Amino acid sequence: MPTVAPLDLDGHVVAAAFLGDVPFFASATGAVHRLDHGQKVKEAHDGLLACVRDEANDTLITGGEDGKVQRIAADGSVTLIAEVPRKWISVVAPGPQGAVGFAEGRTARVRLADGTIKEFTETRSVEGIAFAPKGLRLGIARYNGVSLHWVAMAGQPVDLEWKGAHTGVTFSPDGRFVVTSMQENALHGWKLDTKVGADTRHMRMTGYPAKVKSLSWSAKGKWLASSGAPAAIVWPFSAKDGPMGKPPLELGTRADVMVTAVACHPAEEVVAIGYSDGMVLAARFADSREVLLRRPGKGAVTSMAWSKSGKLIAFASEAGDCGVIDIAG
Amino acid sequence: MTETALPKPIPVTVLTGYLGAGKTTLLNRILTGNHGKKYAVIVNEFGEIGIDNDLIVESDEEIYEMNNGCICCTVRGDLIRVVEGLMRRPGRFDAIIVETTGLADPVPVAQTFFMDDDVRQKTELDAVVALVDAKHLPLRLKDSREAEDQIAFADVVLINKTDLVSPEELARIEATVRVINPSARIHRTTRSEIDLTKVLDQGAFNLERALENDPHFLDHDHPDHVCGPDCGHDHHHHGHDHHHRDHDHHHHHDHDHHHDHDHHHDHNHDHGVSPIHDVTVQSISLRGGEMNPDRFFQWIQKITQTEGPNILRLKGIIAFAGDEERYVVQGVHMIVEGDHQRAWKDGEKRESRLVFIGRDLDREKIERSFKACEAQKA
Repeated sequence: MPTVAPLDLDGHVVAAAFLGDVPFFASATGAVHRLDHGQKVKEAHDGLLACVRDEANDTLITGGEDGKVQRIAADGSVTLIAEVPRKWISVVAPGPQGAVGFAEGRTARVRLADGTIKEFTETRSVEGIAFAPKGLRLGIARYNGVSLHWVAMAGQPVDLEWKGAHTGVTFSPDGRFVVTSMQENALHGWKLDTKVGADTRHMRMTGYPAKVKSLSWSAKGKWLASSGAPAAIVWPFSAKDGPMGKPPLELGTRADVMVTAVACHPAEEVVAIGYSDGMVLAARFADSREVLLRRPGKGAVTSMAWSKSGKLIAFASEAGDCGVIDIAG
Repeated sequence: MTETALPKPIPVTVLTGYLGAGKTTLLNRILTGNHGKKYAVIVNEFGEIGIDNDLIVESDEEIYEMNNGCICCTVRGDLIRVVEGLMRRPGRFDAIIVETTGLADPVPVAQTFFMDDDVRQKTELDAVVALVDAKHLPLRLKDSREAEDQIAFADVVLINKTDLVSPEELARIEATVRVINPSARIHRTTRSEIDLTKVLDQGAFNLERALENDPHFLDHDHPDHVCGPDCGHDHHHHGHDHHHRDHDHHHHHDHDHHHDHDHHHDHNHDHGVSPIHDVTVQSISLRGGEMNPDRFFQWIQKITQTEGPNILRLKGIIAFAGDEERYVVQGVHMIVEGDHQRAWKDGEKRESRLVFIGRDLDREKIERSFKACEAQKA
């Protein structure tokens, strides 16, 4: 039986993550809590807006209302990476070779490991950023598409166009696909290895009743799980054309409760599903079997993360009722 | 769902007005006012606001067209992001104020609070407040459409800097504002000095409160609407030609003799709707008896679908035949909302009143089709 070790924090918790075996919880106030032989806390920001785990360095990258971009290590130490005074840093992304991307307004910046900062200015607001898995290449989600910039080279970006407001962006782990979430309830994808202008280049993934705010690639990038419906919508990406012409899996379907967060298992084809009422399930792709991991709580699940072993799940909530689930119990 | 009650939505006030109209002054008054409330302010530029300990967020105006084929379905992407961030820590403030740039279109700002589900869930648009520089309004109306849009779209209009104009000029400015927007509450101010209860917490988009605190909505006996001796005469004596006077005449007829269709019709075709050439916004004030609900809903649906891009605002109180409650409607472009508000009071006249503010609207057709929704008299 799965067991839950609750952690009750005050207010909205933006993200949950593991660094090593230590679960971290980043609160919107800027306090970053960790369960490392007892509960410990570090004030990282005056208002925290974004928090993403940097897998390569096993650290967290955070952005805040204070204009700061911080790196938080497993021992809780906080290092200032960059600062744009008086701006809200609402998007951050970890990159290869120690690079960190962040954005405010219409400008995305990449801070390289040596401290140099490269700037990329768009004509419209930068809504989301992500690094490609190979090479130092930054994808910027913006109105009417995505811009792909080679960070080290000054040159024209490659523009992936699709009408509408793109609010988030992710690369498939093999680098073949770019997928965005949109202001309207849809995802849009591009196949990067297809000729520009080819019809097969675009992938429209629609039918969501709500905005998609959580995306997670399964092990080896075979599937892309998403929130935004009363089930986790899981698109197949292993074929050459991605999900085109194939229906997605719908896992953990509930009558009238929306999925707000998804997190794929690090090795198995299993996804953890968090709902707007705080419930957490795990569901297996092969047979849609579900296991209840946590009963409904006080608020929507905002974020979930698996431990490296795949035995623990840390989850964060809008109402502060967070915790760590031990799958085996 | 859990048992926890949903928190009350945070009210949002939108301040519009041309550069120099007094927005920053009003904002500073709100922030320093002795009301015990805390405000989060979203501005385009920090500018001269900057009271310590206040939550002021700078945000680039970012207009997104929705991908639904409707050109008027626009939202402010930057507001969605900032409001989402603010609402994660709601204890910090009691209300949100959005200050727009002088040239900003108020429509996407307002629509953000209706069209984005997350924003809509947690906030409630309270009112759009437009500041007008009394001295420069005629010039503004000449050189920009935005100034007119801001007035047309507002729930509350502050005619500011009244000390810089003569009483005659002021009367003319007020008449112009009234022509552009017959349903707004108008206040005269100097240095943006106003009782803040006339600006904040207006509930202008709240169907329960909308029009309730404005008992004279479109009423002929509203002081602002009275065709007093000053009002019309001002216009006559200050260099307006015949065509303007005619129009002015028409404006008052709008309130006094609404049934006189032919009269309106003529004037519209001849003269447009405004005493100033540069005004392109028109308003159509409709008044009718008790309505047949089926016919009315079909009509309002159709008219907002087909005329949506031309409709800036619509507001109304509808009396349905056999219905003991007042029905209120309000809309922005193609978005229209309606709900029962409260029981009709004893002695309250059961009639339907509706105002459209927009451009290129076919008054005659709208009036005729509105009338056709009336319930058959028994």
